[in-house]
Amino acid sequence: MTTMFRDFIIIALCILATALTRGFPFVFFGRKQDVSPIIRYLGTYLPSAVMAILIIYCIKDTSFSSLANFAPQFIAIICVVILHTWKKNTLLSILAGTAIYMFLIQVVFI
Amino acid sequence: MKREVMIAFERSIPVFLGYIVLGIAYGVLLSQAGYGILWAFFTSLLVYGGSMQFILITFLGTDISFLSVFLTALSVSSRHIFYGLSFVDVFKHMGWRYPYMVYSLTDETYPLLCQDDYEEGVDVKTIRFLIAAFNHSYWILGGVIGNALGNILPFDSTGMDFAMTALFVVILVNQLSGKASKLPAIIGGICGLISLVLFGPSSFLLPALLATVALLCVLQGKVESEVH
Repeated sequence: MTTMFRDFIIIALCILATALTRGFPFVFFGRKQDVSPIIRYLGTYLPSAVMAILIIYCIKDTSFSSLANFAPQFIAIICVVILHTWKKNTLLSILAGTAIYMFLIQVVFI
Repeated sequence: MKREVMIAFERSIPVFLGYIVLGIAYGVLLSQAGYGILWAFFTSLLVYGGSMQFILITFLGTDISFLSVFLTALSVSSRHIFYGLSFVDVFKHMGWRYPYMVYSLTDETYPLLCQDDYEEGVDVKTIRFLIAAFNHSYWILGGVIGNALGNILPFDSTGMDFAMTALFVVILVNQLSGKASKLPAIIGGICGLISLVLFGPSSFLLPALLATVALLCVLQGKVESEVH
């Protein structure tokens, strides 16, 4: 299987998953009460659990062999948390956090 | 029609900046991964999901299992399951626009559509449709612009992919700032870390997700009884 063909399938799967999750409530026609309790429970609490996993996914290749390998991302993540808790501005938090990270790995921790 | 276009545009302005900037980030990262304008255009058009598309870049070109891709995609998009519930009746009355309204219901479009205060005499269905369509077009525009600029940036863009990490951290902070339990995030974090150690970076996602869902179900009573 060529890489490009694989990529098409990967994208198609993402489209399918997005369509299924967005279309899900409309398939059930009814009101919130019609959805099975376990689905409603997962729908409420799974998102934050998944976000935690995704953050780990982002830094999955981190090694602790030297300071430069893990310090930038941890420092930048902490900065994002502090900045966002303080200002609650999504764009600012993302831009500033990314700038801090880029600065740290390009200038500070070579 | 003109009045509807103006109202829809005004309402969508808050999303405009966010989607253009984030879209550009997406486009740049995509181009650096080796994928050009057509990829940027069609993924932004057809997938239309910020977190989803950023993760997608990390999947492309690798030999990650299709099952991992699908389950991760479902998990990432799982929060959308509940957005639609508020709009079942509203969208069903929008005729031919219905499928598009369902598909374009993103994190940012949702709150805009929740706004109910419209002046007299305007076609609300048209306005709602246009809000969704405008948001979608800002996103596509950002992705395409970013992709086109991707390889001619005037600065060293090493580390720009941290934008994805920052996005997820921001979303998590938002989710944890409410009254609901922080336990799910802790469960996800622990399952993720253990899974990462046990299975390594390229295979930890699937086990982490499965373990998390299982643990969440087992600890349902504890999770639901915790309110901050």
